[in-house]
Amino acid sequence: MASLPAVLKSEWTKIRTVSSTTWTLACALIVTVAISAALCALMRSQFDDLKPAEKLTFDPTFISFSGMILGQLAMVVFGVLVVGTEYSSGMIRSSLAAVPRRGTFLFAKLTVATLLALVVGMATSFLSFFLGQALLGPHRTTIGEPNVLRAVVGAGLYMALIALFSMGVATMLRSSMLSLGILMPFFFLISQILSAVPGAKNVARYFPDRAGSQIMQVVPDAMNSDPAPYGPWGGLGIMVLWVIAALAGGYLVLRKRDA
Amino acid sequence: MIEAVGLTKRYGAKTAVHNLSFQVRPGAVTGFLGPNGSGKSTTMRMILGLDQPTAGHVTIGGHPFRNLPNAPRQVGALLDAKAVHGGRSARNHLLSLAQLSGIPARRVDEVLGVVGLQEVAKRRSKGFSLGMGQRLGIAAALLGDPQVLLFDEPVNGLDPEGILWVRNLMKQLAAEGRTVFVSSHLMSEMALTADHLIVIGRGQLLADMRITDFISHNSADFARVRTPGTDPAQREKLTSALTEAGGQVMPEPDGALRVTGLALPRISDVAHEADVRLWELSPHQASLEEAYMRMTQGAVDYRSTADQKAGLQPAMPPGYAPPQVVPEVPQHGWYAPPPPGQNPYAAAPQQAPVQQPPVQQAPQPQPPAAPPVPQAPAAPAAPTKPEDAR
Repeated sequence: MASLPAVLKSEWTKIRTVSSTTWTLACALIVTVAISAALCALMRSQFDDLKPAEKLTFDPTFISFSGMILGQLAMVVFGVLVVGTEYSSGMIRSSLAAVPRRGTFLFAKLTVATLLALVVGMATSFLSFFLGQALLGPHRTTIGEPNVLRAVVGAGLYMALIALFSMGVATMLRSSMLSLGILMPFFFLISQILSAVPGAKNVARYFPDRAGSQIMQVVPDAMNSDPAPYGPWGGLGIMVLWVIAALAGGYLVLRKRDA
Repeated sequence: MIEAVGLTKRYGAKTAVHNLSFQVRPGAVTGFLGPNGSGKSTTMRMILGLDQPTAGHVTIGGHPFRNLPNAPRQVGALLDAKAVHGGRSARNHLLSLAQLSGIPARRVDEVLGVVGLQEVAKRRSKGFSLGMGQRLGIAAALLGDPQVLLFDEPVNGLDPEGILWVRNLMKQLAAEGRTVFVSSHLMSEMALTADHLIVIGRGQLLADMRITDFISHNSADFARVRTPGTDPAQREKLTSALTEAGGQVMPEPDGALRVTGLALPRISDVAHEADVRLWELSPHQASLEEAYMRMTQGAVDYRSTADQKAGLQPAMPPGYAPPQVVPEVPQHGWYAPPPPGQNPYAAAPQQAPVQQPPVQQAPQPQPPAAPPVPQAPAAPAAPTKPEDAR
């Protein structure tokens, strides 16, 4: 049996030697920071036109993460490709022939990819926050304010969890195309649309991205959004449950199915 | 040593491998043969623990693959040459595999040299040809210097030089006392490479024997005898004389005789005594190809049929005469190729009311699908560019 450090080392080589890693992670960072900055600049100039309720719940921290709605999609692509290319290229057979313990293989792959996603996620959230606050001008907050650091660190965690969730789904579906075809519309459209539909709102609240993004809010019910039945950490907990479910499903599929 | 006992794999209602038991011994190249879809690759995947057998088990050195301590150092496998992330360079691909079992990076450069890929080591494997892919796959198999090697169709896509190299590599690996298990559908290749054969058809074991035994078990050597074609009586005379002398005689479609049970000098003597002249007396040794075809005849899953081209041919123009029936080209034996431009089979004047010289200029339209004869009645419209006429 190949030892865990060896498999981790091998997975690190795999992940750093394909250009898709660089592109997707760079995309996640740049898109998030750029769109957040743009929205912060917009908010500063439009602040006086906001409704009174929105002014009261104005959350400068949350605003500076608004680019994540798009940036997380690049994280989804990263997570899906890390696992999916093993299947689409057939590399999975070489990998599993070399690492017969499939649990070890999956654990090593997910650990390496998630750590990388976490580093990039943290960089993204801190960059996004500081740039956003600089652009908000008089409406800004600082990292020393209560709960702000929690939100910034939480945003980084959120990015890593989105990537990990995507890896779990890709392991279950064993195909990049299928996984992207399901995850992209889900995060970009379905989740966003359902959370605006009155009846479906209460269900959509428990979707991984909706629940997880609660951690980025400092002001409760930021920007006059609907009050959530869970707190910031509760929301992140719901997201973690989703991730665990996806990973468990992926592990079972990998263990049972023929490669 | 690879040992399979009662190995069975079912995919739903389809049984890919049924009750397969065999041993692959060290120190020899064992060929693994079977028609398409006979279960070769499935068996290889089960040996490597990639597929879980429905019943039975297979062990390498006494352990199931999944329980082997440090498997990559003991077993090397080439399953699918294209099983490489196209965006990764050849060297990095091998490096990631090497790191799994603590093989130093130095060894990666070594195997790249062994397979002759040093020049392209830094290039993305996306642009590799099939042959380069095979070499990369073989490099991955050799990486851990393993005692057991499995190769699934290793010579696919290799150039003649590469085929020779693989052949010698297999033999050398076996000579070093390793277990070498090679699947292939190229019989001629196996005849030159393998010492031992395992043949399966429809997932069942058909043969497990030394290659020399395989050929002599499954084929019969015969002599081909040809009498002067002008005189059928001579042929019948020789047939009865040979049968009397204890041989079995079978006529071949082109008029030759296939004789078994008599040595060549004896056939010549019999012909001399019977006062029959011979135009041909040739020994014919059955090849592995024939032995294999004979054995797997009943176990072929995918058999080709003649292409009817229904609905694909345009309607015949009015006044078009159906193409003349071409006499059958002799499938056996040697015949002189027609001189260029004068195909003796193309004219076929028997049924045609008007003799058509092969290079006639009449603008008769040609059927789009040419009859199965090389240089069919020529393409009169464009004699310099026959390809364009179709």
